[in-house]
Amino acid sequence: MDTPARLRPMLRAAAIMVATAVAGPALTSPAFAADPIKIGSVVSATGPAAFLGDPEAKTLKLYVDELNKKGGLLGRPVELVLYDDGGDANKARTFATRLVEDDKVVAMVGGTSTGATMAMIPVFEEAGIPFVSLAGGIEIIEPVRAFVFKTPHTDKTACQKIFEDMKARGITKIGMISGSDGFGKSMRNQCLKVIGQYGITVVVDESYGATDSDMTPQLNKIKNTAGVEAVLNPGFGQGPAIVTRNYAQLGIKLPLYQSHGVASKSFIELAGPAAEGVRLPAPAILIGDKLADNDPQKPVVAQYKSSYEKTTGQPVSTFGGYGYDGIQLVARAIESAKSADPKKIRDALEATKGYVGVTGIYTFAPADHLGLGTDSFRMLVIRNGDWAIEAPAR
Amino acid sequence: MSEFLQLAFSGLTVGAIYALIALGFTLIYNASDVINFAQGDFVMIGGMGTVFLMAAGLALPVAALIAVVAAVLVGLLLHRLAIEPARGASPVTLIMITIGASIFIKGVSQIIFDKQFHSLPAFSGDTPIPVGGATILPQSLWVMGTALALVVALYLFLEHTLVGKAVLATAANRLAAKLVGINVALVLALAFGLSAAMGALAGVVATPITLTRYDIGTLFTLKGFAAAMLGGMGNPLGAVVGGLLIGLIETFAAGYLSSTYKDAVAFLMILVVLLFMPRGLFGSRTVERV
Repeated sequence: MDTPARLRPMLRAAAIMVATAVAGPALTSPAFAADPIKIGSVVSATGPAAFLGDPEAKTLKLYVDELNKKGGLLGRPVELVLYDDGGDANKARTFATRLVEDDKVVAMVGGTSTGATMAMIPVFEEAGIPFVSLAGGIEIIEPVRAFVFKTPHTDKTACQKIFEDMKARGITKIGMISGSDGFGKSMRNQCLKVIGQYGITVVVDESYGATDSDMTPQLNKIKNTAGVEAVLNPGFGQGPAIVTRNYAQLGIKLPLYQSHGVASKSFIELAGPAAEGVRLPAPAILIGDKLADNDPQKPVVAQYKSSYEKTTGQPVSTFGGYGYDGIQLVARAIESAKSADPKKIRDALEATKGYVGVTGIYTFAPADHLGLGTDSFRMLVIRNGDWAIEAPAR
Repeated sequence: MSEFLQLAFSGLTVGAIYALIALGFTLIYNASDVINFAQGDFVMIGGMGTVFLMAAGLALPVAALIAVVAAVLVGLLLHRLAIEPARGASPVTLIMITIGASIFIKGVSQIIFDKQFHSLPAFSGDTPIPVGGATILPQSLWVMGTALALVVALYLFLEHTLVGKAVLATAANRLAAKLVGINVALVLALAFGLSAAMGALAGVVATPITLTRYDIGTLFTLKGFAAAMLGGMGNPLGAVVGGLLIGLIETFAAGYLSSTYKDAVAFLMILVVLLFMPRGLFGSRTVERV
């Protein structure tokens, strides 16, 4: 059959477009002769989760450039294929399929939110491509999936760190006041799951709405409950700041523990003088300059902080740190596997031992695809409007 | 007893904020039959405006004044650009317009300000004042005092000035008001401006307690609306009583029952009141004359 005459010009145009598209990249990057190793990423660089995804995207670009300046991996250049899902899990899934089918990436670092990560997991699991997620939810790595890893700590790790500290101080009965938003609920559940292992019991368990502006009734109840020795507040956003202020207003003298959800300077600003003496677990990056000189994470954190701040002109955040650890873990795995084969990269990732990152020191195992222990958190206390490292109470 | 006092202080503080917003609803509703769902956003403009002007180096009173004036401008523009052109549309349409305006204000504030939470320093320090075994923050007194002062000022304005009487006359019968020579358009603009000023002032005094962010207006709108409904839409006294009642019910429910259900308890109370008194506690009995 002949092609109908009126379609011919269109076909010709299409053929030219395809030819240009194929020839284009080859002409513009003559520096590297070898095929690039493609690493994929889908993050929420815009949209409601942009405060998480934007530093992640900037960090990934920065360190892929850095890798290429050092000659790439295995003598081949590294190409980052980065998509922005705008905070939409559906889009994330579409981009994941594109990374696997069209871009043919060998590994993936991304997934800003737990929702986006969960939507993308089936795509990478099926294709057999290693996926290092940058999201917090524990369901990403529990149960363990062969190809899925993650870099951020989970709520569970934070709970364990807090309970370790309480146990060391001989605290056995606590009051809890949790936000009823996603973060607060999830952390409360994780805490209640592990609290038994530390011999601590919750004698009063209160909650507040994420947008509430007054928590004195709940705190008053905790204050009047006999036997409470400390108070834990799993929460995110402005809630914990108001809890902290109301706590001071009611003159409660018990130790107050906040979560890693408020580990940022803005919490100290919002809570004001009431924040004095509040304890919370936080990653090393928050207190880079205050780390002990023999701390293995000190040079890593300092190096990341200076290059990120120099390139972007913005202060470093914990979230960008997750991206740093993700790309470094994959780069190390490719080097040690001496191959860009996805299966071999996966095996090498799982064999990672003692990688010193910004977030913590990672040691993966077949049954542990997070690889962080409670030592990745530092127990901080707020003193004179600034973070101070709390001497471990043992 | 001290627990009761503590909860009462807390409830009255929150309630006073709700009451101020409910008053804003009342003023606009009286003058124009519009329920203005952008009322909470005036509160946000007052708070955020003051925060950013203070960050720019202005003193608190100057910053607060400029923020309130800015909110009044937004209120007047809302009336001139959104409500006035749609005059004659049904109340439901006008309500939808105010919801749209509220979304628009939030979007613009995200760009002009930022997406972070902010706070203001308390006006007279953070040292709690002990009263009968309970404690009250000096800022709570500021909130309650401002609410009281505004209610009295509004009452005096409406009952004892010619312009205030014109507002009341427009509320009672717009056509008749027009016939006796009242500039109805001016009165409506005045109602929007005044209600924006009250919202913004509430935002300035409440921010040290509630904190503020570009989207905090939604919460205030809902609570203020509930307060206005409970008190009887259109009745200033009802707005104040409704606001204080909702604040008190919420805190007592959280303190004595369960914090999980405190909002549910508050809304259940509203439903019960409206079931038996459909026009609210102080609602006027309307009689249709044929």
